[in-house]
Amino acid sequence: MQEIMLERAAALLQDGTVNRVFGWQTGTFVYDITPSVFRSADELGHGFVYNDFCGNNLSKYLVRESKKEGKAAVFLKPCDTYSFNQLIKEHRILRGNVYVIGVPCSGKADIEKIKATGISGVTGITSDDENFAVDTIYGSQMVEKNEVLLERCKSCKSKKHVVYDELIGQEGEVQDAGRFDMVEKLEKMTSEERYAFWRGELSRCIRCNACRNVCPACTCEKCVFDNDDSGVAAKASADTFEENMYHIIRAFHVAGRCTDCGECSRVCPQNIPLHLLNRKGIRDINEYFGEFQAGEDSETLSPLTEFTKEDVEPGIVNTKGGM
Amino acid sequence: MQINEKNEFTPNIVAFCCNWCSYAGADLAGNNRLNYPADVKIIRVPCSCRVNPMFILRAFQKGADGVIICGCHPGDCHYTTGNYYARRRLTMLFSMLDFLGIDRGRTRVEWVSAAEGAKFAATMNDFVETVTNLGENKRLGDLRCRK
Repeated sequence: MQEIMLERAAALLQDGTVNRVFGWQTGTFVYDITPSVFRSADELGHGFVYNDFCGNNLSKYLVRESKKEGKAAVFLKPCDTYSFNQLIKEHRILRGNVYVIGVPCSGKADIEKIKATGISGVTGITSDDENFAVDTIYGSQMVEKNEVLLERCKSCKSKKHVVYDELIGQEGEVQDAGRFDMVEKLEKMTSEERYAFWRGELSRCIRCNACRNVCPACTCEKCVFDNDDSGVAAKASADTFEENMYHIIRAFHVAGRCTDCGECSRVCPQNIPLHLLNRKGIRDINEYFGEFQAGEDSETLSPLTEFTKEDVEPGIVNTKGGM
Repeated sequence: MQINEKNEFTPNIVAFCCNWCSYAGADLAGNNRLNYPADVKIIRVPCSCRVNPMFILRAFQKGADGVIICGCHPGDCHYTTGNYYARRRLTMLFSMLDFLGIDRGRTRVEWVSAAEGAKFAATMNDFVETVTNLGENKRLGDLRCRK
């Protein structure tokens, strides 16, 4: 796959269709994948990579990049194309300046989980349908995919590219992988249990803002949380509400626009399952305002920017789930 | 939270009232000499749709024990559709708060028209009672924001 991509990228640069290519590059280690821009075949030859660690969603970079001169090519995985479409809908990306190449994805590996199984000295990774073959300095080791997939890939919503100029590989299908299971489980708990669960998770938050910075839906030029006068711009002392507020508002601001790409959870250095908050929002929208998948197309209005006269009253949430 | 002279808990309630309906409704309640607790602090907004979810969370953070949003009845919005948007937004926000285990009953939305002074007073009485029973707001406060 990587070779085909390299070839196409080089060809596009060569014939002048684009003047730069967005892809992934390895860092110090093979699993330190960094989003990168390549301007020539030579640069592509040094470090361009596409493997099972390339989880990064490249669509957000195009918000700025599509406004620069010349056309840019970008490699997007199926779930990245949803984010891309959503940004087109919000007029954040100039579509004409981007050449989208869809690349297939069979679920990305989480290096933390691989390390947790006791594998160290990772030098490479390949995969088949069931397993990852992890190359290490001690030889190759097989791990079952389900054990070390990124949390978001375990319940992949779609293998289908919703937007592309060119597709490498086969067109996939929308999937139903029970992505709301955990949300439902939490909903059935009592409010005491839920509070305890979220305190346990959110009290680890160090307010590094990585979840906001990586989120393809968070593209405001000025963010409400950058306000130094709020008195709560930095990390809270123990047991205060600040992390809660940050995460409630973060999830709320992307409600109706979140495509469930799961980048927030992937980048969280504290492994907080932030995607659960977003999925709760998606589930609520589905339940109260009708089925909606953000980014599925680039036309439909987001549920929070429209209404019907028969909408439910906010009091309905008090009648749902566990007390 | 406040403590009165009898050393009992009385809640701090913030009410966001739409200028065109419930704010006038509060006025009418006053003109008619209807009682409602002085714990309710009214903040006038041009429309229930003006209420940013941050307002609600900031109120809690700074020590409110309950927040109520009052707007025009659906269909009667001064700006035609503002309260319809507010309704969707607040449903989402309340649901999110509930998901994080914040006790139910601390937030409420009521539609109160300018002619419903009695409903305004009754709503506030009921809400204050609910929040008093829930007690002090411990889950949503932030020490750094208290004066």
